[in-house]
Amino acid sequence: MKNTKEVVIEKSLFLIALSAIFMLFLIAIFIFKEGTPLIFKVGFKNFVTSSKWFPLEGQFGIFSMILGTLWITAGALIIGVPLGLSCAIFLSEFVPRRIMAILKPTIELLAGIPSVVYGFIGMVVLVPLIRENLGGPGLSILAGSIILGIMILPTIISISIDAIQAVPRSYREGSLAMGATKWQTIHMVVLKAARSGIVASIILGMGRAIGETMAVIMVAGNAVKIPRSILDPARTLTTNIALEMGFAAGDHRQALFATGVVLFIIIMILNIIANYAVRKR
Amino acid sequence: MEVVAELALQNNSMNNKISVKNLNVFFGDKHVLKNINLDITPNKILAVIGPAGSGKTTFLRCLNRLNDLDPEMKFTGEILFDGKNIYQGINPVELRRRVGMIFALPIPLPMSIFENIVYGPKLAGITNKKELNGIVEKSLKDAFLWDEVKDRLNDPAMKLSGGQQQRLCIARALALKPDIILMDEPCSGLDPISTAKIEEAMRQLKKEYMIIIVTNNTKQAARVGDYTAFFLMGELIESNETGKIFTSPNDKRTEDYISGRFG
Ligand SMILES: Nc1ncnc2c1ncn2[C@@H]1O[C@H](COP(=O)(O)OP(=O)(O)OP(=O)(O)O)[C@@H](O)[C@H]1O
Ligand SMILES: [Mg+2]
Repeated sequence: MKNTKEVVIEKSLFLIALSAIFMLFLIAIFIFKEGTPLIFKVGFKNFVTSSKWFPLEGQFGIFSMILGTLWITAGALIIGVPLGLSCAIFLSEFVPRRIMAILKPTIELLAGIPSVVYGFIGMVVLVPLIRENLGGPGLSILAGSIILGIMILPTIISISIDAIQAVPRSYREGSLAMGATKWQTIHMVVLKAARSGIVASIILGMGRAIGETMAVIMVAGNAVKIPRSILDPARTLTTNIALEMGFAAGDHRQALFATGVVLFIIIMILNIIANYAVRKR
Repeated sequence: MEVVAELALQNNSMNNKISVKNLNVFFGDKHVLKNINLDITPNKILAVIGPAGSGKTTFLRCLNRLNDLDPEMKFTGEILFDGKNIYQGINPVELRRRVGMIFALPIPLPMSIFENIVYGPKLAGITNKKELNGIVEKSLKDAFLWDEVKDRLNDPAMKLSGGQQQRLCIARALALKPDIILMDEPCSGLDPISTAKIEEAMRQLKKEYMIIIVTNNTKQAARVGDYTAFFLMGELIESNETGKIFTSPNDKRTEDYISGRFG
């Protein structure tokens, strides 16, 4: 009779999994259905390469926002990846296990702080600091990158630590037994063996940075304008949707969904590139 | 004066390359090696035998200071290598270049066959391509692996069979031109043919190196060992020429273990 029980469990798990996938699928379809008509109307090329965004006059070009998204995400990675990786290496290789057992959950807790709090800290502390020391309005790509760089740290640190600790002890011992120093062992053997996990952590961090909206709205300035330097304000694709959805109607509303479509495509492309980079070697 | 003293030391230790004196090792509160005294001779193979948990691996890992990695480890006594205490004033990294180790499970590093072998020499500062190629060829030949892999040196080492991986690990250790080779049950997972190949390699290698092999297989100790040491529960019960250990051991416990009457 155990058999029927197994079958029931298996079938219900299957149903639940199917409905979860189905919902995701529906959402994707919905976004495309709402967004693509406008893209066809203004032309895909025009939509992504023009930087004239005057929705009330029927001009929909999101080039500056694509740039804003890429700049801020790249900045977040430039800040977050080296910091997060060094931290993960230090914690997993140089700190006694007992202390790690306390520190790691603490770091993971940081991932639970709502983004509006990060944004608020950025607005109150970081933005004035940039304005007074580096010039410009303060609300800028730099501010957005720093805040996002900090926000993706817990993801990168925690997943990289797991990957580094999953490297078998025998690799380290084999390397040390051949006269490698601890650091040589880490960068030539441990990081190599943990590479796919580390790349996964970076992809997840990148996903978080691209998708983050609230904190960016609060510190990045949101100007629809091609950014010329990291001290310029910028609007990202996500913040564009959040800022205008309250009053958008008709074509304008569709243009916001179209923005979502482009975001979707960008994330897909970045994921494919990242996956390819992992598998290549 | 100092030069004279050093020469004297070396002469004194010519036939006595490693000497272990009153070695005690603890992991936390656990007394794992108890007052070990043993002299080990170059150009000979020392086989270390004993039941599981008797401290054979721990003993081996003292000789290249791999036990240092465990923060719980404490020890007393000394290990002299050419008359110098390896736990005093010697950099463990330098020591491990002179004392190669082969583990029970072959563990090639996650890279190609070629890279596995040049890993150690490169760390030691050798960058000349020609020299590295020469090292790879010589160590693979010495480990009886060259013919099987010479056409695919750039394949990942993980693709080799278990027996080939173990010989790769031997080649990798040889590439460092060590003085001493430590082997921890190098044949435990291997078939008789691979085992025979490794034993043949050992017989050749002992002309140039001192070899210490830990084995769970007493027959293997009898086959390859010039000397045999018997460990039991952290104690060195006796060590002697292999012939003597296997025909007329001094200790009843050695005889029981060798004849399989141990319980
Ligand atoms: N890092 C360690 N921490 C704590 N205890 C250890 C450690 N390494 C070894 N021991 C203990 O020391 C004793 C001897 O272990 P060792 O591995 O030297 O035995 P062995 O003779 O090699 O056994 P086997 O034939 O099974 O390989 C065992 O009781 C083991 O539990
Ligand atoms: Mg052992």
